[in-house]
Amino acid sequence: MAAPAIALEQIDWENPEQIGLWKDAWQRFRRNPIAVLGLVIIGILVLIALLAPVMVALHLIADPLEQNVANSYASFSLKHPLGTDYLGRDLLSRVMYGARISLSLGILVQVVYLLIGGSIGLLSGYFGGRIDNLFMRFVDVWYAFPDLLFILVVMSILSPSLITLFLALGIVGWVDLARLIRGQTLSIKEKEYVEGARAAGSSPMKIILKHLLPNSLGPIIVSLTFGIPRVIFLEAVLSYLGVGIRPPTPSWGVMLQDGYQAIFSYPHQVFIPAVAIAITMLSFSFIGDGLRDALDPRMRR
Amino acid sequence: MAAATKGAPARGALLSIKIPRGRGASLGLYIARRILWLIPVLLFVITITFFMAHLAPGSPWDKAGGRQLSASVVANLNLKYGLNQPLWVQYGKYLLNVTHMDFGLSYQYQNQTVMSIILESWPVTAVNGALAFLLIVPLGIGIGVIAALRQNTWVDFVAVGFSTFGASVPNLIIGILLIIVFSVGAYRVTGGNVFLPTGGFGLDQHLILPVITLAVLPIAFIARLTRSSTLDVLRQDYIRTAWAKGLKERLVVMKHVLKNSLIPVVTALGPTFAFLVTGSVIVESVFAIPGIGRTFVTAVQSRDYPLILATTVLFALVVALANLVVDLLYVVIDPRVRLS
Repeated sequence: MAAPAIALEQIDWENPEQIGLWKDAWQRFRRNPIAVLGLVIIGILVLIALLAPVMVALHLIADPLEQNVANSYASFSLKHPLGTDYLGRDLLSRVMYGARISLSLGILVQVVYLLIGGSIGLLSGYFGGRIDNLFMRFVDVWYAFPDLLFILVVMSILSPSLITLFLALGIVGWVDLARLIRGQTLSIKEKEYVEGARAAGSSPMKIILKHLLPNSLGPIIVSLTFGIPRVIFLEAVLSYLGVGIRPPTPSWGVMLQDGYQAIFSYPHQVFIPAVAIAITMLSFSFIGDGLRDALDPRMRR
Repeated sequence: MAAATKGAPARGALLSIKIPRGRGASLGLYIARRILWLIPVLLFVITITFFMAHLAPGSPWDKAGGRQLSASVVANLNLKYGLNQPLWVQYGKYLLNVTHMDFGLSYQYQNQTVMSIILESWPVTAVNGALAFLLIVPLGIGIGVIAALRQNTWVDFVAVGFSTFGASVPNLIIGILLIIVFSVGAYRVTGGNVFLPTGGFGLDQHLILPVITLAVLPIAFIARLTRSSTLDVLRQDYIRTAWAKGLKERLVVMKHVLKNSLIPVVTALGPTFAFLVTGSVIVESVFAIPGIGRTFVTAVQSRDYPLILATTVLFALVVALANLVVDLLYVVIDPRVRLS
């Protein structure tokens, strides 16, 4: 029965004015060590991606494109800390350089998913009825539509570049998120607090952004973190089919495919990019879980 | 309280499947309307896929690498399959044929109807996919709930770690690793007495490795979704009340937690089912399974328009029906959800 007493102590009597939902969330996010760790790791990965060319120029790491077939599949050494691949290219610098494409595609495409899938899911779930039916039948069509064919056509009409690749990947994959958010919304909008907000005269927009979105954050985060490796793999498939990033440019997906050729003899070739992807995913789930906890008023302590 | 509204299902049942009274008729109407909606959805899918497929660069008669067919042969082939006609005429004819279930002849497997190819390869894929689905539902949900109940213990860390790595390694590599261990390795260790086949299809041990490979990523995803939504539910007041009443853990989990955390899980399971029973190219290639996933990709690569269209229509049908089932399950899980 100590709970009410603690709650009283928590109230900052000097500073009685309300702080906004998101500002309050940020303050609590900063106090969550695992979430901050996730943010720091992503920061380091982004820094690595940005600085990789500089480090190559300063000869801190080897050139990721420089081949030395005589030294292929080399093991760990001082010169090649993570060994070399089937063309004798340095794996450390390839995995660092690969972060440029894989990280930017993996993350930015999720932003597109969130924008398209999020708005369609929220509107569809909140307004229901005819809007919901139209949006969701469109989602059914979009699911059925072969991704590969769509990307092939888009990439052949537009010239292949990182931007077109990013658009093509972003447009195909948002449907899962739309369905997830709509499902959450259908259930949450019937809850008492949403009814209360509506009775108090909140506008639909306010209800959507303040109640429906924060309360469906859990599945959104899981879906977005799992979307990262999916995009990374898809990029590799496309580059294999000749419509993605041009071959010598390293990416984690392409490294997985290259390493697969020698998986029986040199499993670490596959292991290195897989670990990089896993670290990225894990950091994002840490950030996401922290964000969700920070937005949950019941977790306030 | 989750199920305190009037007309709610009987409170005794664990995951009761009763539909609130008085809604049966409107639900029937809803289902009928959704099934009618399949017609415009399929028409739309056929239309876009038809024009996309024809828009994609290359023709069905391009030969990879080697010598190309002579112009006169190509002209004859185009004449035979009606590809010399304007696109709109081809589209109209295709729609007309589809209305009496005629999906045409395949280009790459000559003299075979698309229908016969699908009837041959789809059951193979569907068996693998359905078995994987049967593995995914209990394991995904089970691991997710247990991880949430034991949050921040080693059980939770193992579950999160497994699901992260399950998603970070492509299917292709999981399949190969399984072959290395359970086919090649087991063969060597036991001298060929106990081992699993590396590939092929049969209603026996051939199914084990492909089904596991198919299931890993969905199990990881469903487990994480379940864990996350269960954590949300565990913080609700009514769960605290349930614990405070002294209910057994099993009862709290089955009656209160699961029922309220399943919406996102069920949402994700719909398309997962659709993807599984319509095939994964990668798994089918690794294990040399003559399924529809491979058929589809070779159809795209060789611009086999009729086969591309028919497989897409099949997939559209499965996805739309799976999503219909999901929408109906919402009402079962949360009686407050209103379908209009």
